[in-house]
Amino acid sequence: MKKVQNRQPFIAITGFCLVVSLLLSPTLSAQDQATEPAATQEAADGGAGSPCGPGDPVKGKQLFNQNCAACHALDRKMTGPALGGVATRLTEQEGLDCEWIYAWVKNSPGVIASGDAYGNRIYGEYSQAAMTPFPTLSNQDINDILAYAEAPPPAPVAAATPAAGAPAAGTSQGISNELILGALALVFALLVMMLFLVNRTLRRIAEANGVLTEKEKAAKGVPLWKAFAQNQFLVLVTSIFLLLAGAYFAYSWMMQIGVDQGYMPVQPIHYSHKVHAGDNGIDCKYCHSSARVSKTSGIPALNVCMNCHKSIYEYKGNPEGPSAEDLAKGYTNEFYTGEIKKLYAAVGWDEQNQQYTGDSKPVEWVRIHNLPDFAYFNHAQHVSVGKIECQTCHGPVQEMEVMYQYSPLTMGWCVNCHRTTNVQMEGNAYYEKIHEELAKKYGVEKVTAAQMGGLECGKCHY
Amino acid sequence: MHMASNKKYWKSEAELSPNDSIVEKLRQNEFPEEIPVDTFLGDKEQLGSSQTSRRDFLKYVGFSTAAASLAACEGPVRKSIPYVMQPERIVPGVANYYASTIADGFDFASILVKTREGRPIKIESNKQAGVLGGTNARVQASVLSLYDSTRLQGPRGADGDVEWDTLDAAVRARLSGMQGSGKKAVLLTQTYASPSTARLIAQFQEAFPGTEHVTYDAISEEAALAAYAAKYGERALADYDFSKAELIVSFGADILGDWQGGGYDSGYARGRVPKNGVMSRHIQFEATMSLSGANADKRVPLSPAGQKVALAHLYARLNGSSTSGELPEAAARALDSVVSAIGAKHGKAVVVSGLDDADAQAVVLAINEMLGSEAFDPAAPRYVRQGNQQAVAQLLADMQAGRVGALIMDGVNPAYTLPNAAAFAEAMTSVDLTVAFSTNWNETTELCNFTAAASHYLESWGDTQIKKGHYGLTQPVIRQLFDTRQLQQSLLSWMGSEQSWYDYINETWTAGILAGGDWNQALHDGVYVPGAMAMSDPEVASAPGADKENTAAANASDALSVPAIAEAVRRLAGASESGMSLVLYAKTGMGDGRQASNPWLQEFPDPITRVTWDNYVTVSKKDAGDLGLVNEHVANGGLDGSYVNLTVGGVTLSQVPVIIQPGQAEGTLGLALGYGKKVGMKSEMQTGVNAFGLYQDFSRQQTASIEKAAGMHEFASIQLHNTLMGRGDIIKETTLEIFNTEDAAHWNPVPQVSLNHQEVPATTVDLWDSFDRSIGHHFNMSIDLNACTGCGACVIACHAENNVPVVGKLEMRRSRDMHWLRIDRYYSSEETFAADNNKKDEFSGALESKSGFEEMEDAAANPQVAFQPVMCQHCNHAPCETVCPVAATIHSRQGHNQMAYNRCVGTRYCANNCPYKVRRFNWFLYSDNDEFDYNMNNDLGKMVLNPDVVVRSRGVMEKCSWCIQLTQKAILDAKREGRPVTDDEFQTACSNACNSGAIVFGDINDPESAVSKLKADARMYHLLEHVGTQPNVFYQVKVRNTNEA
Repeated sequence: MKKVQNRQPFIAITGFCLVVSLLLSPTLSAQDQATEPAATQEAADGGAGSPCGPGDPVKGKQLFNQNCAACHALDRKMTGPALGGVATRLTEQEGLDCEWIYAWVKNSPGVIASGDAYGNRIYGEYSQAAMTPFPTLSNQDINDILAYAEAPPPAPVAAATPAAGAPAAGTSQGISNELILGALALVFALLVMMLFLVNRTLRRIAEANGVLTEKEKAAKGVPLWKAFAQNQFLVLVTSIFLLLAGAYFAYSWMMQIGVDQGYMPVQPIHYSHKVHAGDNGIDCKYCHSSARVSKTSGIPALNVCMNCHKSIYEYKGNPEGPSAEDLAKGYTNEFYTGEIKKLYAAVGWDEQNQQYTGDSKPVEWVRIHNLPDFAYFNHAQHVSVGKIECQTCHGPVQEMEVMYQYSPLTMGWCVNCHRTTNVQMEGNAYYEKIHEELAKKYGVEKVTAAQMGGLECGKCHY
Repeated sequence: MHMASNKKYWKSEAELSPNDSIVEKLRQNEFPEEIPVDTFLGDKEQLGSSQTSRRDFLKYVGFSTAAASLAACEGPVRKSIPYVMQPERIVPGVANYYASTIADGFDFASILVKTREGRPIKIESNKQAGVLGGTNARVQASVLSLYDSTRLQGPRGADGDVEWDTLDAAVRARLSGMQGSGKKAVLLTQTYASPSTARLIAQFQEAFPGTEHVTYDAISEEAALAAYAAKYGERALADYDFSKAELIVSFGADILGDWQGGGYDSGYARGRVPKNGVMSRHIQFEATMSLSGANADKRVPLSPAGQKVALAHLYARLNGSSTSGELPEAAARALDSVVSAIGAKHGKAVVVSGLDDADAQAVVLAINEMLGSEAFDPAAPRYVRQGNQQAVAQLLADMQAGRVGALIMDGVNPAYTLPNAAAFAEAMTSVDLTVAFSTNWNETTELCNFTAAASHYLESWGDTQIKKGHYGLTQPVIRQLFDTRQLQQSLLSWMGSEQSWYDYINETWTAGILAGGDWNQALHDGVYVPGAMAMSDPEVASAPGADKENTAAANASDALSVPAIAEAVRRLAGASESGMSLVLYAKTGMGDGRQASNPWLQEFPDPITRVTWDNYVTVSKKDAGDLGLVNEHVANGGLDGSYVNLTVGGVTLSQVPVIIQPGQAEGTLGLALGYGKKVGMKSEMQTGVNAFGLYQDFSRQQTASIEKAAGMHEFASIQLHNTLMGRGDIIKETTLEIFNTEDAAHWNPVPQVSLNHQEVPATTVDLWDSFDRSIGHHFNMSIDLNACTGCGACVIACHAENNVPVVGKLEMRRSRDMHWLRIDRYYSSEETFAADNNKKDEFSGALESKSGFEEMEDAAANPQVAFQPVMCQHCNHAPCETVCPVAATIHSRQGHNQMAYNRCVGTRYCANNCPYKVRRFNWFLYSDNDEFDYNMNNDLGKMVLNPDVVVRSRGVMEKCSWCIQLTQKAILDAKREGRPVTDDEFQTACSNACNSGAIVFGDINDPESAVSKLKADARMYHLLEHVGTQPNVFYQVKVRNTNEA
């Protein structure tokens, strides 16, 4: 009876292993398929052109991106009109000739000044912002651009393919990882169970054979806890130790109350500092400009976002392509583009007509760095005068997909830095006299912020 | 033993009677009366039917406690909402300043408004303005009136809120319907002194013929206006520059208060600081102790009738003639010395009067003209008072006769400020349409058909001509908080004009005033003085070329008016009085009462009496004795005073509290206007009695009868001790003669202490080692007791800058005021402080000193007065720092004594150990607390808080920080721009607000700074120097110009 009973788990384990291996194998093969490089489509080439003559759309694309893309897109209005099929449109619908186009591109203010009807109409339509003249472009260059505008090479499609392929790979990778981990855990659990069963079986055998285990031997002497309880000195020492340890842990626990290091709230718009400060290398103080002059770094007003996002209406991926990790979290191009649309909704930007509707909805960001009211902190002092990098306190923001509080922002943390950081006296006329006196009186060249009074209560608490 | 056990103890006699039912009941029931359990448990029936058992109840309690403590561990989620479109000039965290002008009908001043993130938080002086560029306490406080939670939030009709369209339609219909009906429309307004408003009203009168414009000042300068008009042909007020006067003789003119629009203190103070041994001499004849009297070198208590006689005598004697009229002996002697002094000074002397008497004002003008006074400027007068009392009286008559079809009021509250307010209210019912523009609901709006919610001046456009040729612009610094509108905009709209009031002002200026000047520059500066004005405008006579002609004209008018003046002098000399003379005045804090719902001003201690939250009648000690009136200190530390009933011309004001005022002329009384407002005010703000009922014929000098009434009034006075008790080292003072002839060691001796049985200067003895403060900045503050007039602008500036809470009358009475800066006022017990010091020094023996000190507690009948602003002295060796158990107050190398609120545990040991008593304890939470329903208890009032300064909580000590936020900012600005800090950049709120230049703040490590030079001045001394605290605040010895005959 016993033996039969004991055999059953082994069968179960074998069965489980089979199921797991069966489950794993298709996943692995699927992964292989997905990671195979997708075939890239070659761009259609040659024989392209516009009503103004033949042009090289590949070269045209390059020129377009260099000169035009800041204000024009092919399929939508931006600062200037959409340029898709512009030559056909102008020649056929507006009755203009190619010479007009050349003249316009090379010197649009001149065309406007000459009183040209269409030129003035466009000028008025686009809030009287004249197009930058491009006198360096030759007629052939313009033809190339027009050719590209007439029939853009299907490069975007080609570019999109790897981007579209990658998420699939990333997703399957994510799933298989989980599966592998799950299977491993299962195997481990089975092993533990087996060990337990083996142990029990062996003990039963020992019992049946009348072998005395170690434990039973010990039970016959004085139990350990009793011996411990009888030794009063040991009890005293232990209780003192426990009390101290308890106090230590209680203190440490209490000291972290209100310290929100690592606080990483979900924001109403998924704004990625990694994309902006990291991938695109935008200076922190471009957006947080008030950090230079004010006590607050300032959450940028939405009009600052729109400086760039008037023309950047979609996310096209970072230069290295999206990482698998990002894709696993769902940070796809479409996702980011969706966040840009949230910005448009908040600021009231009508993409179609490229104008503000006036129907805005302020964004309620969740504040991450909360100093208590009784602590005064001034960004300008640290950023402009102290010349401290933003990252010193805010951490590697350029790598943060989601912003979080990097530093503890405790007084001890402030004070430690003040003790070790030298005051930036060089080249600041304010410090000239102080520096001179210090050198004369004490023979020191450098002083820390603390030595300049940076530890005084009243410098931050008033 | 046995005997003892038989002893019976009884609690009351009744117990001895065994059959007493009460005793039995008490024995059985612990609570003889039934305890109202049901009342506090609520509905008994519901309670009985409840399913909640005791055990469930405990479960709920336990659960909610656990939930509350768990929830407390989570920090709150805070939102940050940036601008959608950030305005170009607003940087969050950086203040913007805009130049503007206040012209609320009582106060006129060129100001700077400090705004943070678009909300005005502080008013400062516009130091660029040549005229009225100083801010007084009321102007400083006016920013809080913007955030008054009782402000009107939109137009109202008879039955509640209406739309502007409804109001406009009603007014338009009435105005056009009235044409040819024989009725007229009347605009009853405050003084605007606004060129554009004048032009607009003229146009309005053209559009609606027959419309009248009546200007009404609650506190009138009718007599001065009439006298000026008679002599110079224009209703205006002669201007004075007291910095040019070496002798100032005042007959009841409170030149440091609100006399003729006020704002004369900075010029006055400039002449009061001895330079090269010279300072001005000021002789004041007055009845009630005013700021000017307190600052005068010689003050002569004299009833208003006496002042008139004295003025008549002065004119006659200067003129070489004689006149009748008897003067009291002291006044006659004083007048003798005035006459001889004027003889010596001539053109350097000036005579002014505050008597509401056209004769007196005419005589004063004649005297100044006769002297050729340099301080007297009749050519470019002031326009800050335009009220015409005949016109107001005529208006009332017209209203009563039913000749007024529409009454449109702006900036006035006649139902409160008119002496015959009841008659006016009655007459208002005979007017077909009454509309009042007002920021607050008040006695007048209550009676109107429509109340037009008016914009606060910080939300308004406007322009002013405060003084001839001195223009100012008012610009909005915040968008209208509520649905409010200015009268001017409404007038434009009623006229059918599409123009905005801004465009209208711009048009006026471009067409006339600017004369080629730049509008934007004028708006930026807030003030504009046309350079070529005199050339383009032949009427203005301030240019040198036109002077001659004008003098000739003036002489001609003089020649004509000599008999008239002689007549006036004769009438003055014949002045007499029967009964008590009552002098009505405007308090430094309250003015005419238009800001009565401003808690800062209610809590502002009167500079003279140091009483807050009240007005009262001041009586002399002798009269108080005769009438049986008392002031007494009661056990809880408060000051109580008797009540009286005052009657003037049949009008009785009952239950007026009494303050016994040293220096009050015998037979005279004083009472402040502007109190006793009730309608539209929070109950806390309804303080004092309304004295406007006694302001008959718009004269501040009345004859009154007084009788004692029952009861005692509880005052909230924050200074109960009136004299210095001969402690000459607190306020050091000397006379100009001694100052000029003796060594500083004589009049400014360094206190001596005994060290090793040797007398040594206290400054050389030190318990502590000093830090080296020679590197970087070391701040010091100088307070010149000669320049300080006691006006208290600094007190309110400190309030605004440092989020000082308002604590209310009851707490003030308990001496729990929170003002970081106080201005102590001391009276001398003998005739002078010097006599006090001598008396104390000459005490011999304990008995004599006991009785002597008791005598010295009483101020003299006409005492010398001294003001001393005291804030934290920022001692280098501060006694407070050594006793703090948690090191919450520490010293900085820049000289600040710092207070870390978040570290303070509230032992109050520091306050006990402070020899200057400048520390303030937060007994309660003063923000978000219904018990203290002032500005910090509502969202609107909190908008005035300075975001750079924390709002302190209950249980912590606070005190003057020397506005470290301002010095830190000045330093940071310099660091950012990479340049040294200039001397004038270092300011505190008080030093910045001080118009008289008494408070100077700066860095003594900069040898060129003003404060370094003042520290080296021979007049410099420290408060309680013998204590050895080494304060960083120092004072300048007060010098009185009393030596000259």
